[in-house]
Amino acid sequence: MANIMIRQADSGGLVFYLPKRDLEASIESIEFDSDAKWGGELKLGNGGAYYIEPIARPPRLPISLRARRLGAAED
Amino acid sequence: MSTLSREETEALIAEVLEVYPEKARKDRAKHLAINDQSIEQSKKCITANRKTLPGVMTVRGCAYAGSKGVVWGPIKDMVHISHGPVGCGQYSRAGRRNYYVGTTGVDTFGTMNFTSDFQEKDIVFGGDKKLAKLLEEVETLFPLSKGSSIQSECPIGLIGDDIESVAKKASAATGKPMVPVRCEGFRGVSQSLGHHIANDTIRDWVIGKRDGQPFASTPYDVAIIGDYNIGGDAWASRILLEEMGLRVVAQWSGDGTLAEMMNTPKVKLNLLHCYRSMNYISRHMEEKYGIPWLEYNFFGPTKIVESLRKIAGFFDDSIKEKCEAVIARYQPMMDAIIGKYKPRLQGKKVMLYVGGLRPRHIIGAYEDLGMEVVGAGYEFGHNDDYDRSIKEMGNATLIYDDANGFELEQFVKRIKPDMVGSGIKEKYIFQKMGIPFRQMHSWDYSGPYHGYDGFAIFARDMDIALSSPVWSKFVPPWKKAVPEEAQKAA
Repeated sequence: MANIMIRQADSGGLVFYLPKRDLEASIESIEFDSDAKWGGELKLGNGGAYYIEPIARPPRLPISLRARRLGAAED
Repeated sequence: MSTLSREETEALIAEVLEVYPEKARKDRAKHLAINDQSIEQSKKCITANRKTLPGVMTVRGCAYAGSKGVVWGPIKDMVHISHGPVGCGQYSRAGRRNYYVGTTGVDTFGTMNFTSDFQEKDIVFGGDKKLAKLLEEVETLFPLSKGSSIQSECPIGLIGDDIESVAKKASAATGKPMVPVRCEGFRGVSQSLGHHIANDTIRDWVIGKRDGQPFASTPYDVAIIGDYNIGGDAWASRILLEEMGLRVVAQWSGDGTLAEMMNTPKVKLNLLHCYRSMNYISRHMEEKYGIPWLEYNFFGPTKIVESLRKIAGFFDDSIKEKCEAVIARYQPMMDAIIGKYKPRLQGKKVMLYVGGLRPRHIIGAYEDLGMEVVGAGYEFGHNDDYDRSIKEMGNATLIYDDANGFELEQFVKRIKPDMVGSGIKEKYIFQKMGIPFRQMHSWDYSGPYHGYDGFAIFARDMDIALSSPVWSKFVPPWKKAVPEEAQKAA
């Protein structure tokens, strides 16, 4: 599990940031994207995938969350 | 003097890698690349922020350098204690030229060196008592200091001293913030982790201390983040923002104070110059206080105009109007400078090897002068830095991450740039090779280089370096080809 931060990109999408590794990547897809259920599997632009527990859509971004890496460590 | 093609650059990298043993070659190959603007993500072409190979002459610093030297050190009204043996503090004292206003030793302490001067007995029995005594002495000798930071050197982490409890007690006794920073030099792979650790301590010990307190704010409050006022850089940036009608509440951390930092959460926009060393705290403030942050670049008129407009875009029309007025006022001055220096510098090629933000930020300033950057690299950049650099650099430009003395020398020998911009450790090697050189860490005792005023100095300095008559004296008289007429006369 790692602490991550999700913020709004200037272009309108979401950006994934992993402080421990200074990893910044765009979020290509998010599994659940409704007001009541938001989160799940995140597919990143760099090929990696992370999982966050679905929560209600956060009222404001950025938000820090705990995430689990899916699959092997991407470089 | 020709620019190398992609194939030639590839061959050059292969040639340089040849001397390494196989394992080292495999490792270094990942750090040398050729820029390809079509790539979106730098990780496809370059690996960064990895442990340096043992045995090569790296030019990286340590976590202590990142915390004490870069982030905490310039905060002028605090006493920054180099906790541990005397050398780390003494050899890094005042080397970064973070200018500030104040009376040194009375209310400001920027160029002074405070150290607990560890001896053998402190390693054996622990240094906590010494630190407690030191903090007491600081309070007696420098009552106007607004607080202290305790910057750990390697032994503190190795012997496991509890500097946090000492700091807590001293803070309770004096009523001033005492910040223990766990920035032991052995942590991480470069000074970059020191920046991160320092940002985290600022987050925990400084930000949020004035939450809920009244503050006379305006809608135009901004903070300059990640400008270390090297040679007066932050001042040259600040006046532009103030002319635009913005109010600069805080400067981080060049010429900055503790009170300014505590007030930063009240601003409307954080302006981030050095992304590498202070993005952490900007991200934190964005999450906790909802303050947006914006990367800007004040090197060279083209980028300044771009950045000023981007900054003005966050505010109302009155700021936008003043922004245009500022641009219009300075443009003739910039045209005059470019008119003067561009003919002298046109077409010259530069290789850069610097830290944090400069490899990508300065490119615009060189291009304004008609110069071309043919190679660039970061000492301690991460992949997010390279992501931001790819678009700034020309296609087929050589990129090197954590380059060492050997690699740099080989690259310079083959690429034959007209000028190299790097640090003091590289300066004399290249000058002895006959290549003009400017220190791009400390501006070679000149500066400022930020802002419109800085660009005038930047252009002059580049011209001084390149046009110095010394470069024509490189071949000794007895090795010069004797002209034919002179031979006949003899």
